[in-house]
Amino acid sequence: MNKVYLDYQSSTPVLPEVLEAMLPWFRDYYGNASALHELGIRSKKALTRAREQFATAIHAAEPEEIIFTSCGTEANNLGVKGSAYALQSKGKHIILSTAEHPSVENSVAFLEKQGFTATRVPVDRQGRIDPAAIEAAITPETILIATHYANHDIGTIQPIELIGEIAERHKIQFFVDAAFSAGWLPIDVTRLRTGLISLSPHRFYGPKGVGVLYKNRKARLLSIISGGIQEGNRRSGTENVPAIVGAGLAMEIAETEREKRVAHVSALQKRLWEGLSAHIPYICLNGPLPGDGRHPCNLNISTEFIEGEGQLLLCNAAGIAVASGSSCSSKNLKASPVLSAIGQALTLMQGNLIFSLGKDNTEEEIDYVISSFTKIVERLRGMSPVWDAFQKGQVQSVIAPAK
Amino acid sequence: MAEEYSLYNPTVMDHFLNPRNMGDLEDADGIGEVGAAACGDIMKISLKIGNDGRISDARFKTFGCGSAIASSSMATELVKGKTIEEAMQLSNKNVVDALGGLPPVKIHCSVLAEEAIKAALDDYLKRHPEMAARVAAAKAQKQPNE
Ligand code: FES
Repeated sequence: MNKVYLDYQSSTPVLPEVLEAMLPWFRDYYGNASALHELGIRSKKALTRAREQFATAIHAAEPEEIIFTSCGTEANNLGVKGSAYALQSKGKHIILSTAEHPSVENSVAFLEKQGFTATRVPVDRQGRIDPAAIEAAITPETILIATHYANHDIGTIQPIELIGEIAERHKIQFFVDAAFSAGWLPIDVTRLRTGLISLSPHRFYGPKGVGVLYKNRKARLLSIISGGIQEGNRRSGTENVPAIVGAGLAMEIAETEREKRVAHVSALQKRLWEGLSAHIPYICLNGPLPGDGRHPCNLNISTEFIEGEGQLLLCNAAGIAVASGSSCSSKNLKASPVLSAIGQALTLMQGNLIFSLGKDNTEEEIDYVISSFTKIVERLRGMSPVWDAFQKGQVQSVIAPAK
Repeated sequence: MAEEYSLYNPTVMDHFLNPRNMGDLEDADGIGEVGAAACGDIMKISLKIGNDGRISDARFKTFGCGSAIASSSMATELVKGKTIEEAMQLSNKNVVDALGGLPPVKIHCSVLAEEAIKAALDDYLKRHPEMAARVAAAKAQKQPNE
């Protein structure tokens, strides 16, 4: 076993057929989609085709409801800030959860500096948002509810339909960050009752450099980039035609293959968690158990008495690519905000590791990861003064406290 | 080369993957355990010190990131064979330099190693007041103006 990639939630490879479909748009058909000559119109048509592919995949009423951006983060910025600016004459209050992706959380924080106000509804131990808490936070000033579909860190799937129903009842604009969900979870905008939803193609085997914001006719949005009138005047800047072409095809394939892919990764997710928890004592899952309440790709765990960056480095040395939300592995030395939002103990935030699965992972790979990781944990515990203290009965386990 | 794509330079990676002096000393003469405020990591250093005031052995245990483990490994290497006075002079910069550099955000991990060594020496001096007096006297002689 040489390399096992288990970081598909941060990015996936581009499908070979997607790459093939993109190449002519770099090489032969390089016209600006706003140009009025043949090459320009060819590009424009390619954009329309991709718009149709996305509209079909998420059951949008018309292709014009699809806006292309440069990435998921930009789509989230546009969804949140664009809504706030468009609706500020009605009110300045925004509702979100405490477990949003930084692109949503920091967009709201940015707006707060400009005089908007926000209520951050807490999530429970599993990372779930209580729709009743969202409803309770609504004020006459509320103009936007912004939340995520599946959590980017711990995989919790939110009761989006219920929140959408509340938003609809109170006539409040509803933005859903589906950057980690699209391609894996079913997205039907009519059922989700959302006016705005963001997608990130490089998480379902499309290219980087393109994001998508769906906006229905009712949703109000102000462009946040000043420039030309691309994307129906909602997102200025020359469209990245090759990436958009690739994204459209990746979306179409993701929808066709979704059930097959989900069945495959779900089985591996279960195998991985069952294997790890059977072999390693004092380990816990962050977020819901594998099943309907959890994104099928994500497995976020905490291993007690050892730190996450060390785990990540030893995994890497064993050829296994993973992520960690520990403070030591973050650039600002702060542990994962989502883990603090679910009230995880400090030491378990330290011992955090995130595995995320993809369609090409195999059972052999998962078994290799289980056996390698078991050894890694033993090795790091052998170096840990805290494990020592625990063995001597000087400290307690947080995961399994002695009665 | 694989090293080109790793988080730390080859020396740091080597000390992380093949840590020197990892473990405890059964009959340690001085033990220091410190925690990092920045990230919550913990480092423990055990020292064996002879009657001549020389560090004959050093061990570490660390709950922390790769550079914390590498720093403690390097720090134990650096103090072995040193006198108490010399080991007292060990700074985090010595550790960083010996490791060939650490990323800026990881400098505090080397500070942890310096503090753990000093804590272990303090523990020893507390247990050996006669040595503490000798160290203080030597220090006074060297810096008469202080
Ligand atoms: S000791 Fe925590 S980041 Fe190194």
